[in-house]
Amino acid sequence: MLAVKNLNTHYGNIHALKGIDLEVKQGEIVTLIGSNGAGKSTTLGTITGLLRATSGEVWFKGENITSIPPSQIVKKGISLSPEGREVFPALTVEENLQLGAYVRKDKENIRTSYDRVYELFPRLFERKKQTAGTLSGGEQQMLAIGRGLMSMPQLLLLDEPSLGLAPNLVVMIFDLIVSINQQGTTVLLVEQNASMALSIAHRGYVLETGKVTMTDDAKILSDNDMVRKAYLGNI
Amino acid sequence: MILQQLINGLALGMVYALIAVGYSLVFGILRLVNFSHGSVYAFGAHIAMVFVGMQFGIIPALILSIIFTGVLGIAIDKIALAPLRAKKSKAIAALITTIGVSYIIQNLLMIVFGSQTKFFPKLFDYGNVHIGGVSISTTQLFIFGVSLALLLLLTFIIRKTKIGLAMRAVEQNPKAANLMGIDVDFVITFTFFLGGASAAIAGTLISGYYQVVYPTMGFLAGLKAFSAAVLGGIGILHGSIVGGLIVGVSESYAAAFLGGGYRDAVAFVILIIVLLVKPTGLFGKKGVVKV
Repeated sequence: MLAVKNLNTHYGNIHALKGIDLEVKQGEIVTLIGSNGAGKSTTLGTITGLLRATSGEVWFKGENITSIPPSQIVKKGISLSPEGREVFPALTVEENLQLGAYVRKDKENIRTSYDRVYELFPRLFERKKQTAGTLSGGEQQMLAIGRGLMSMPQLLLLDEPSLGLAPNLVVMIFDLIVSINQQGTTVLLVEQNASMALSIAHRGYVLETGKVTMTDDAKILSDNDMVRKAYLGNI
Repeated sequence: MILQQLINGLALGMVYALIAVGYSLVFGILRLVNFSHGSVYAFGAHIAMVFVGMQFGIIPALILSIIFTGVLGIAIDKIALAPLRAKKSKAIAALITTIGVSYIIQNLLMIVFGSQTKFFPKLFDYGNVHIGGVSISTTQLFIFGVSLALLLLLTFIIRKTKIGLAMRAVEQNPKAANLMGIDVDFVITFTFFLGGASAAIAGTLISGYYQVVYPTMGFLAGLKAFSAAVLGGIGILHGSIVGGLIVGVSESYAAAFLGGGYRDAVAFVILIIVLLVKPTGLFGKKGVVKV
């Protein structure tokens, strides 16, 4: 479904991605794990066109989408729930979701998408008239994911959905990611919380300073000694 | 006398509100004070004068002026400001550019129309309506009605339409708006069109009120409307409207009670006082909280 080939991205003089290759197949949850500055968010930024690749290619469903602007990417069926949530603080929950469906023309079906999001996140339904800035961190994260689903993406990119959340909320968010995936959305998940990410993912990629150093089934990665030492915090 | 000046002030204030809204719209989206806005207003008045002179009638002249001036607004952004954004240059560069653009427009108006003061026919003049001891001219009613309708329309666009929602989204978080599939450049273009269009209407209405048009007419009106926008809290639509009315009414009272010499100063005195007490303006909030 998504294929990233030898992707290179620079921030000014800093070579942030040094030839990344990765693949996401339809129906999978794939996770990118790695420490701060490994290039996880940069990878998502380059896939969505927020950052420009210096070389390499991004293919989605047989189409080269490498230098397409971000506003067009969402029309192709890719949606990003960005790091730090990036909700619209002065707009209501409902308006935030409405913006998620901005590119859609099928007015009748948009209603169904609201229902689906409210079913996944009943808290958002309770607060739909509240401005997003008044929500708690966890609720904002739900809103960011819900907003990402409103465009009915085939591929949902999630950037650090557990960041800054209490442990019980993290478990809940990961359960919801699994449900979203089971309902037919392919997921590419970027996480620092490697143990949680590997527990729900089918496959994983380990990123270190802009390079993929390891890739395998999630189960195998979480049993790997090096991964355990470096990212899972147990020996 | 007090009531009479209030009426005069409100009609004038509605026009300031229209100009102030133009500052606010652009500031909301780009965090930029567009100092060319006063000259855009003068441009709108001149275009309306041309078409009124060609016997188009006031409404068609107004509509044509809206279109031409709206396009001028877009052109300013595309030619002078968008390239600066693309290069991520400092905010001050864009600010100075708008001052330069202001003089370019003003001088072009002088070259094409001459720098002298020109006559503009009184708008919608059917004499005066007397209520109690107050005399309201039909011109004032027309100004008030058109401005009000336009301000309501702008509020409707921003609050209730899809493009309005996109404008508010870009204002709060351009990056996230982009991720939603919003074409941020188009939203900016549309905003400049709205700003130009409201300046054109303001310019036409004020010219029909004072019956004069001249290239530098936008300087003082622009500064006063800018004060009105800051007074109400720049970037906030209803703030600009209230600010405009305050500036208009106080100017009208100053002219009546303090003499004509003070009429232009009073807007700035009020601005300074409000900013001392509440630096964000009457309706202003402290910078948008991003969590």
